[in-house]
Amino acid sequence: MVVKVYGPTYGSPKRVLVCLIEKEIEFETVDVDLFKGENNEPEFLKLQPFGAVPVIQDGDYTLYESRAIIRYYAEKYKDQGTDLWGKTIEERGLVEQWLEVEAHNFHPPVYNLVINVLFAPLTGAPSDQKVIEESDKKLEKVLDIYEERLSKTRYLAGDFFSLADLSHLPFGHYLMNQSGRGTLVRERKHVSAWWDDISNRHSWKKVLQLYKYPV
Amino acid sequence: MAAPTVKVYGPPMSTAVSRVLACLIEKDVQFQLIPVNMSKGEHKSPDYLKIHPFGQVPAFQDGDHISLFESRAICRYVCEKFGEKGNKELYGRNPLAKASIDQWLEAEGQNFNPPSSTLVFQLAFAPRMKIKQDEGAIKQNKEKLAKVLDVYDKRLGESRFLAGEDFSLADLSHLPNIHYLVAAPDAAPLFTSPNVARWWDEISSRDSWKQVVDLQRGA
Repeated sequence: MVVKVYGPTYGSPKRVLVCLIEKEIEFETVDVDLFKGENNEPEFLKLQPFGAVPVIQDGDYTLYESRAIIRYYAEKYKDQGTDLWGKTIEERGLVEQWLEVEAHNFHPPVYNLVINVLFAPLTGAPSDQKVIEESDKKLEKVLDIYEERLSKTRYLAGDFFSLADLSHLPFGHYLMNQSGRGTLVRERKHVSAWWDDISNRHSWKKVLQLYKYPV
Repeated sequence: MAAPTVKVYGPPMSTAVSRVLACLIEKDVQFQLIPVNMSKGEHKSPDYLKIHPFGQVPAFQDGDHISLFESRAICRYVCEKFGEKGNKELYGRNPLAKASIDQWLEAEGQNFNPPSSTLVFQLAFAPRMKIKQDEGAIKQNKEKLAKVLDVYDKRLGESRFLAGEDFSLADLSHLPNIHYLVAAPDAAPLFTSPNVARWWDEISSRDSWKQVVDLQRGA
């Protein structure tokens, strides 16, 4: 029985896919068209009641929220593939810390930029210029802190690649490519080197090769 | 008795600080609470920025061997490190239980927290700080939160707590924001649907949360 991942086109499901590849776990995918509102259909809401992607099915077991899914598989398959948690409870604590930083400090402004700059023109929804400006400002401050951190350690939680770095790949890709804001990273030497390192991993290249972004 | 090695930095009235305090008390872990005077900008001082580069509260230290920030990361660390102390079900006793807790912790962080935090600021803190309330933001975030709570009410009709039949970190994580919102006439009605109301009553009656509320009042 193979893990089924819903919504591979979109950002957050790619967080799960890159983790499964790092952990050498086989999976299959099921498309969900958010533009057609397939995520709001009753059948889908039975799996993910908030109407978001991803959700996974592993035999009888269903789990949603990409950062919960990656934690589960990184733990369950601890002895297989890349070690994404670190070796000690303290290292794991640092991975948790930077996973939360990604979720609460990096993700929100990048997500706002994706919605307002990239998706709004496609859906005909209004684009909020104020939100765009605030998000750009916030992101600069966040990336300054990342620059300071990454001048001391090779990766966010320490000198080892972890779930915390991995979690930045899907929306980092939007930031570096489609959003036209790559300079925010490129003008920060250590963040730039870190981005090149993590985005050139075989696992991420494989995700990009197999699943296109919607924009 | 030696001073506790665990230190939490920040005012107990901060929602994120109180999240960590509730967890430490559930796990029966002794701690020192170090004040940070935010109205004087202590959270942006060079010394504080060394332990929390984002200049937020809480920050956390466990003796010499770790310094952490982000309340939900601190809670998870505390549960891992002190697994055998206090409430052993708090982060699950097996991987599937833990995954369900992480799912609802993430749902809290991604779906519940953004609208509820905005409402906490607008309804509980802005008036105290003599900042003008943003009526548009209040309306918009009440609507968002109501949709999230619809999902919660359905879930809590099927399950005693969010992640299953045991109180967990996922429920605990909601205590700080809801505590402020049920005290605000404009937001309290959001929490009156039968299952959410039953759940709120049960989780807020826990001894650990009562102790946190005492700390908030004492500060």
